[in-house]
Amino acid sequence: MNKVTVKINGVSVTVPVGTTILDAAYKAGFEIPTLCYMRGVSEIGSCRVCVVELVGSRTPVASCVYRCDRDGMEIYTNTPKIIEYRRKTLELMVSNHKKECLSCVRSGDCELMRLCHHYDVQENNRYEGEMTPSEPDTSPPHMIKDTGKCILCRRCVAICAAGQGINAIGPNNRGFKTEIGSPFKMHLDRTACVSCGQCIAVCPTGALKEKSSTDEVMAAIDDPTKTVIIQTAPAVRAAIGECFKMPAGTNTQGKLVASLRRLGFDYVFDTNFGADLTVMEEATELMERVKNGGPLPLMTSCSPAWVKYCETYFPEFIPNLSTCKSPQQMFGAIAKTWWAKKMGIDPKNLVVVSAMPCTAKKFELTRDGEAAAGVPDVDYAITTRGIATMISMAGIRFSELPDEEYDDPLGFSSGAGAIFGSSGGVAEASLRTAYEMLTGRESPTPNFIEMRGVGGTKRAQYDIDGMQLRVAVTSGLANARRLLEAVRDGKENYHMIEVMACPGGCVNGGGQPQVMHGARHYTEVRSKRASVLYNIDENKSVRTAHENDAVQQLYDEFLGSPGSELCHELLHTHFVDRSDLYK
Amino acid sequence: MKKSVADIKNMSVLPLTRSDRVRVTVGMATCGLASGAAPVMEALTAAVAELGLDNVDLKRVGCIGCCQHEPIVEVTYPGQRKVTYIKVTPEKAREIAEVHLTTGRALGKYTFSALAGETGEDAPVTYAEQTPFFAGQERVVMSNCGVIDPEDIDEYIRRGGYQALGRALTEMAPDEIIEEVTASGLRGRGGAGFPTGKKWLFASGNRGKVKKYVVCNADEGDPGAFMDRSVLEGDPHAVLEAMAIAGKAIGSDEGYIYVRAEYPLAVERLETAIAQAEEYGLLGDNIFGSDFSFKIHLRLGAGAFVCGEETALLMSIEGKRGEPMPRPPYPAVKGLFGKPTIINNVETFANVTRIIARGAEWFASMGTENSRGTKVFALGGKITNTGLVEVPMGTTLRQVIEDIGGGCPNGKRFKAAQTGGPSGGCIPASLMDTPIDYDNLGAIGSMMGSGGLIVMDEDNCMVDIAAFFLGFTVDESCGKCTPCRIGTKRMLELLNKIREGRAEQGDIEKLEDLALYIKDNSLCGLGQTAPNPVLSTLRHFRDEYTAHAEQKRCPAHVCRGLACYVIDPEKCIGCKLCQRACPSGAITGELKTAHRIDPEKCIKCGACMSACRLNAISVE
Repeated sequence: MNKVTVKINGVSVTVPVGTTILDAAYKAGFEIPTLCYMRGVSEIGSCRVCVVELVGSRTPVASCVYRCDRDGMEIYTNTPKIIEYRRKTLELMVSNHKKECLSCVRSGDCELMRLCHHYDVQENNRYEGEMTPSEPDTSPPHMIKDTGKCILCRRCVAICAAGQGINAIGPNNRGFKTEIGSPFKMHLDRTACVSCGQCIAVCPTGALKEKSSTDEVMAAIDDPTKTVIIQTAPAVRAAIGECFKMPAGTNTQGKLVASLRRLGFDYVFDTNFGADLTVMEEATELMERVKNGGPLPLMTSCSPAWVKYCETYFPEFIPNLSTCKSPQQMFGAIAKTWWAKKMGIDPKNLVVVSAMPCTAKKFELTRDGEAAAGVPDVDYAITTRGIATMISMAGIRFSELPDEEYDDPLGFSSGAGAIFGSSGGVAEASLRTAYEMLTGRESPTPNFIEMRGVGGTKRAQYDIDGMQLRVAVTSGLANARRLLEAVRDGKENYHMIEVMACPGGCVNGGGQPQVMHGARHYTEVRSKRASVLYNIDENKSVRTAHENDAVQQLYDEFLGSPGSELCHELLHTHFVDRSDLYK
Repeated sequence: MKKSVADIKNMSVLPLTRSDRVRVTVGMATCGLASGAAPVMEALTAAVAELGLDNVDLKRVGCIGCCQHEPIVEVTYPGQRKVTYIKVTPEKAREIAEVHLTTGRALGKYTFSALAGETGEDAPVTYAEQTPFFAGQERVVMSNCGVIDPEDIDEYIRRGGYQALGRALTEMAPDEIIEEVTASGLRGRGGAGFPTGKKWLFASGNRGKVKKYVVCNADEGDPGAFMDRSVLEGDPHAVLEAMAIAGKAIGSDEGYIYVRAEYPLAVERLETAIAQAEEYGLLGDNIFGSDFSFKIHLRLGAGAFVCGEETALLMSIEGKRGEPMPRPPYPAVKGLFGKPTIINNVETFANVTRIIARGAEWFASMGTENSRGTKVFALGGKITNTGLVEVPMGTTLRQVIEDIGGGCPNGKRFKAAQTGGPSGGCIPASLMDTPIDYDNLGAIGSMMGSGGLIVMDEDNCMVDIAAFFLGFTVDESCGKCTPCRIGTKRMLELLNKIREGRAEQGDIEKLEDLALYIKDNSLCGLGQTAPNPVLSTLRHFRDEYTAHAEQKRCPAHVCRGLACYVIDPEKCIGCKLCQRACPSGAITGELKTAHRIDPEKCIKCGACMSACRLNAISVE
């Protein structure tokens, strides 16, 4: 590759041709602030906080999009003039920003606030003037959009369009009146928004936030008539440490359990148990469909945003969706039937809370057919961020806690359940069990590594006693669309397709901790989080769902065999055609 | 019927109208139609039929430039000078037919003589070229406007049209075309003045190997500018021909014209012209039997000013929200649908046709060292002769405004001229002798822009003018980048504060500081030039700003917020007319005694002043 040598603040640095000034400067030891930029997703150079002086250029240039293309480029990133320019840009943003900084959900990790702090920008500055009206849209089940706090960086627009291929939001109006919203300013719940929450995860301010149920959960805990239990999704333990200044990729399972117990939950259980149960049901379903000739490919249904996407954009594939409930819902269904009965608790007095990396889970628990015991399977879904807020509010010193274990029996899980949180995990977990169901033998290795990795679409074919099982794994709905179109057009065909709505899977879910500026550009946070889950799997003595004793006990005592009538009643669901949402 | 190069050459020697016939034309561009050209045309048609004038060729043409004298009818007898009738009504048209077309005697009273008050039956004929308006002009771009029927390709060809394309396709290599354009010194007429040949050269690599596009920017949006509209309405083939030449030069087989939907007549005439050119084989496959093919599509813009910015324009053609993208990459590298693209505006293309037809040397002989050729200006505002004028580069502002434009009407004193529209700046009277070219205008804080030239006289307040233009860019900002979206809004708020007498110490400096920041930090040309009206008025008329900000006084009595209405007790007879007219009950006084205005209650609407019959009320 051709290289060029450029000078950043007098420091020579050699980079491949086409490297952005932003990256070249980073290599030379200088960080340049950004707001609108997201590598590969949003490269529009619009916020102007990353401007730098390029010798020979009439005006400063946006370092996030200006590329080093010739030797000897001379760039200055931090001259007094540039710093004053950035300060003015920030002041202008702040002059049109609803300043509820004390109470804002992003207080403390707001990117705008942090930059204002660095550049000594006052809340009430010289450019005070008319402000964009704040008209919060609270219509969707999972989130609140407040235009008053929006700085129009458009990262949400980019992730919704480029990452998810949905375009539920975009700029409306122009000039000072520009605001991010849905076409024709419809409320979000009337659009094809699938509640994935990726927009929230990338928002630098508090303009987009999830709906919080933490107050309701705290009240339930305080209510002596209620038994309140919590389940934690695999990906939560891989990321929540980031909210407590622990490095990305730290396994905080033990501390998470300990902190939830200290929050007052009566039992702390694991969604991984639900995941193991899902494997049993889904692998059975796959076997049956293969045997009965379809409908194939079987498409996973763990990701509620993906399910809604399929219902909206590809209703022709609804029959292909696995009828299995998601692990969250299976867990709730079993907790409120089998476990409640065992414990002598009236399901009406049992509150099931879930800690999820996901905002669509808030939507999922409101779906039709998700109430096995006649009451909702799950009462409240709280995001990873929401759980962190509860822990902080309760003054629990998270990083100092001893590691504790989940409660039995719904806290027992195999390695298969753990890897559900990363793209490819569901497929790999199902393959482990399906292999044994098909052949009667253990798989020679529990690892199906072709399914691993956080990016794009993965495809593999496995020879299982002469049967060629073709599997594809995709994440990010824009990728899903391309794969589904290929399948629909007969260009590709599979027995099984795993789809996760969020790019990289649940580790990068819409409810996960927001990744700040520097880390976002220069670390693959998704892989670090995923590695936590694969390590948990490696270190488990039980790595397949069917070997989970608690799951076996559940089938023996209550459900019968996988796919039984009772299983279908409690653990399976149905789907609806929502294509009118975007037609 | 497909035409060959020889066919085109043979047609070009024919006159527009046969030598035994009388040519009568009616200016029917938008300006003419708005002034009532259609009923004039009807009246002429009826009269010609009624009077049996079978030697008359009645034609609709575009605009000859003096829009304020529309409707215009021109009569040319074979071998005689063209007689121009102005402000023609259906009645006058009938008279023209009955006298001039029947007896051959021109009616001097309806020609430009009328402007000098000569309206008697014996008034002499004043020919267009005798008027100062036309005498100082040099018509290249507008050479066919108002002359040919824009909906008749034959007339274009008879004026030499499509010979340049013939030459480009049969006699010139693509590089030679680019060299010719480069040698002519032509610079883009859309605003920034980038050398056209250089732009084409950048996009000329890999001919035949990659898809490329030629785009014509006809999204003319400056307030008061209508040069491009006039060319499209009066001479659409000149643009089509140049686009095909450009296609040959860079190796493109497809072009788009992005034209505002608010120009319905231009759109219609372009559609007609494209269809006619295709019929003659001058657009489409294998033009002139060569291996060069070129087709042109129209795309209608929905009226966003920012879509005149080239990258926003491309986004809009692609069906996306019209917003600029950072450059580089430049469109010549990555343009429409990601392919190398050249974008030139209407006037630039109209020049290209003439350059290829008549040679770079001829073109370069006009204008100044770094600005060759002519420039069309749309004269507007406080000027006697409004309309379109085309002058060689290097003509002074004074020549354009005083000689051609006739100066400010009603004997008012010229104060400033705004060139370049909302992106340009105000040029004060002291710089009137500046020769107009790209570099000079830039040096005095304005810019050539696309050619809008708005004249202001002593009654205009320069702070108010700056606010007007800035208000336009605030409305038209796409909202993408922070400096333009919020910064221009804050500038406008500051300006309004100054205009309304609420200015605080340091506001002018704050305004200037913010303006310089926006100029340096905005994403696109629109944002980078948006502060120009403020910066140029601050530079040349700073005293007016200080008068507003410090003395709370608008010297031109324009800014309502600073106006103070007073009744002269000497003149007031206490008739109560003003009191009744006042909507806010600010006027008190007994009948037959002098009234007075309470400045606290006065909303400065001016109703009292209009009501007073004795001129007793004035603004201080």
